[in-house]
Amino acid sequence: MYRGGEGQLSFILHRITGVGILVFLFGHVADTFLVGFGPDLYNHAMAIYRLPVIRVLEVLLAAAVLYHALNGLRIIIIDFWPAASRYQRAMFYAVGVVFLALFIPAAITMIRPLFH
Amino acid sequence: MTERVYAGRPRPGNNFELYSWFFMRISGLLLILLVIGHMVIMHIINNVDVIDYDFVAARWASIGWRAYDWLLLFLALLHGANGVRVVIDDYVRRKGWKVFTVAVLYTFTFILLILGSLVIITFEPIGMGS
Repeated sequence: MYRGGEGQLSFILHRITGVGILVFLFGHVADTFLVGFGPDLYNHAMAIYRLPVIRVLEVLLAAAVLYHALNGLRIIIIDFWPAASRYQRAMFYAVGVVFLALFIPAAITMIRPLFH
Repeated sequence: MTERVYAGRPRPGNNFELYSWFFMRISGLLLILLVIGHMVIMHIINNVDVIDYDFVAARWASIGWRAYDWLLLFLALLHGANGVRVVIDDYVRRKGWKVFTVAVLYTFTFILLILGSLVIITFEPIGMGS
């Protein structure tokens, strides 16, 4: 149990990103299901993903997934290697550093087509 | 003697919750590989400008990608649904609401698991090469 601080923040962010990703996933499975109805319907549905507003949400989704993955790894390390719990705060900052190192280039790659 | 510290929820005592706890960690590790792979292919190497019917048809011509997508669908839905079940259990206090929200969650998860599996297994491209 965390009582405030970085640990509490990492926990809340993990839950918010997790719920957000599942909400998206429900919609995404539904839109992929449409591929079974042929090209007209599916291509029409895919056009929604090309709207600029949705492309910004796409970058937000990538951020949520990346954070959830990295912090999930942090949770697993701490749970199976008790000594690591003393470093949970340091590992939260490590998650932040790795997150930025991967997210910034990914976000630039994803958003760049909007400006062409 | 200090109390054992966990970063997620503490390792539960009863059987179902213990399996659920292990499942989240094992599926989580697999999902890191599957989801990052999926997102690099769909959002970095390709992007939403090129993903259309023909793209999916070409991808699903390979049984390997169908298997990859089905494993991703299965693990992501179960991992997500089980995570939200725990979140509902923590924050929805009233018994009636808890039963209702969990029922909605399970219904959506079940329907999408069926629809997703159905399309991955039965998909046959139409109008290709025209």
